[in-house]
Amino acid sequence: MKIFREELLARKAADSPREGYDRRRSASSGRRSFLGFLLSAGGASVGALLSVPLLRFVLHPLIRGTIPMSWTEVGSVEELASATEPVKRLVKIEQRDGWRKIVSEKALYVCKDADGQLRAFSSICPHLGCSISWHEERNNFVCPCHNGQFTAEGKLLGGPPPRGMDLLESKVEDGMLMVHYQYFRQLVPNKEVLA
Amino acid sequence: MEQDTYTLETKRREPPEASDRRTGMGDRRKRVDSLLRAALDEPIPGGASLAYVFGSGLLFLFLSQVITGMFLVLYYVPSADHAHTTIAYITKEVTSGAFLRSIHAYGSSAIIIVLLLHVTQTFLYGSYKGRRELLWLAGCVLFALMLGMSFTGYLLPWDQKAYFATTVGTNILTYVPVVGNSLKSLLRGGTDMGTLTLSRFFVLHVFMIPAFIFAFVALHVFLFRRAGAAGPIQGDPEELKRSTETFYPKQVIFDIVFALLIIAGLGLLAHYAPVELGPKANPADTQYVPRPEWYYIPVFQWLKYWESGFAVVGILVIPAFIALLFVALPFLDRRPERRPWKRPVAVSIYAFIFTGLGALGAISHRNDLRDPGIAPQLAKQRAEVEAFMKKPFEPELGGASLIAATVALSNPIAAKGKKVFDQEGCAECHGEDLTGTSAAPTLIGVGDKYDSGKLESVLKQPTDAMTDGGMMPVDLKDEDLKVLIVFLEALK
Repeated sequence: MKIFREELLARKAADSPREGYDRRRSASSGRRSFLGFLLSAGGASVGALLSVPLLRFVLHPLIRGTIPMSWTEVGSVEELASATEPVKRLVKIEQRDGWRKIVSEKALYVCKDADGQLRAFSSICPHLGCSISWHEERNNFVCPCHNGQFTAEGKLLGGPPPRGMDLLESKVEDGMLMVHYQYFRQLVPNKEVLA
Repeated sequence: MEQDTYTLETKRREPPEASDRRTGMGDRRKRVDSLLRAALDEPIPGGASLAYVFGSGLLFLFLSQVITGMFLVLYYVPSADHAHTTIAYITKEVTSGAFLRSIHAYGSSAIIIVLLLHVTQTFLYGSYKGRRELLWLAGCVLFALMLGMSFTGYLLPWDQKAYFATTVGTNILTYVPVVGNSLKSLLRGGTDMGTLTLSRFFVLHVFMIPAFIFAFVALHVFLFRRAGAAGPIQGDPEELKRSTETFYPKQVIFDIVFALLIIAGLGLLAHYAPVELGPKANPADTQYVPRPEWYYIPVFQWLKYWESGFAVVGILVIPAFIALLFVALPFLDRRPERRPWKRPVAVSIYAFIFTGLGALGAISHRNDLRDPGIAPQLAKQRAEVEAFMKKPFEPELGGASLIAATVALSNPIAAKGKKVFDQEGCAECHGEDLTGTSAAPTLIGVGDKYDSGKLESVLKQPTDAMTDGGMMPVDLKDEDLKVLIVFLEALK
């Protein structure tokens, strides 16, 4: 036991003046560091393998496909057609919110185009997603966040938005205006459906 | 020999070098280097051995539990309303969810198994001897904390087995004289099991017990390093000294191989036999036969033998005595002798207790297979779990008041039914949001209770109880009645 302790002490003593210690170790440390490299590389690859399920788990909301939204009733065509300026309407849409199914209210504007056809626009600004509102006195749409402006037909007038207001798919059924509510990608010049 | 191994210890208290206080890159590297060397150059008398892998295996498993647990909380909600839905979501819908949850659940069993191996190895090798009392005590605390982790974790999925097993488990506290009931209420957050119980168990499982485990693991490892590896049970001191190896590389490789075996085992199990989830806890179920997790089965069987008067002896006094014996082991057994065949009393008691526990487990298993009052019910419960697992995930409807609107939106026929419902004035008694009023009960869930045939008959001809409550027979055109029934059926 005594010899062993002395050996340890000797090792420790050799530890402080580094040069001698390092030189003496270098022969065996070549093999040791190669093994160390193998072990670290192996550990890293096993770690990478194990993190695959963890990553997939975290990314689930992105991997999962979106659920198509159904058609929603906006109001009677007769009533909407009689309006002289854009009308704000709230529609209820059903959404999956993780493990919940919720009904949320979304705002949209019903406008008339040059031919008098009813058209529905999303109220979400294509710039950074604030809510656009109708300004009667200015006769145009204004986004309050960064002053994006749109005409009564949803065309871009000025400001930072990259495109005009997003037109929603709509149809008329039994005298009722129906829309297919969707989300669109922000900050791109052309409309792209997100969900 | 014990003492000798011991004196190895005072060895490397390296004085802090002046340069350590500076934070230059070279110094920091040197510090990391010396830390690494201190960790890897730990001498193991007699050399590396496969018998020493269990401690590091436990550390590895604990880290795996921490990581998988942290990820599971990403989707889990600890509330009686949502816990089951969120676990079902993780299990049935989230990518890799069933896999991760299985690694976590099987991991808890693996910890118990490796823990028993670790304790048995320590016991047989007499490694608790020679001024290692604190090391042993820290280990005992870790053992208790781990049992606490598995007990609190078991409730979190809030399915039938979780609910009823924990009901029984917490009721055991009532046996404690004088303060038993208060203890139970404290743990449950009330007299009954409910959402507060879930919150308490969650906090214990996720914050409090893990914090203590971290602290005690650090203490355990520190004390182990201070005491040094105990080495083999016998051998010539000179020979042992000559065959002493450092922790790195051989023992490190053994430990890695063991960790890889654990990963492979858990991974295969989780992939090919993922853990299941049963139907949501239904406290009103009077038929349910709860069974705890396998490692609590022997204790569960033990409880059956103690009837009222002496129960406190069997359920508290004897287990407490055994636990005390176990904890006090290094104080009771102070001889330096480490060879198990020279310690017949200690080894016999240990073997007796573990054989006894094994036998109790076997008896319980046999009873469950044979008892005509139990076996069919257990089979039925297994079938219910299977059936629940086969059903696709059903998202929770956000807020009762929105249920009617949701139903109407997702199904055009039900939407027509809702119109009929509104026109007929059903909402006057059953509520605008269908959650019921003082005049009539809620209709949410009526679709689960009755099928379309039964709905049609109670609508046309309400039961006596319904008539007494003021329900009128519904007189509608067949077409309207049909859509109304579709609407009601959808109210799950």
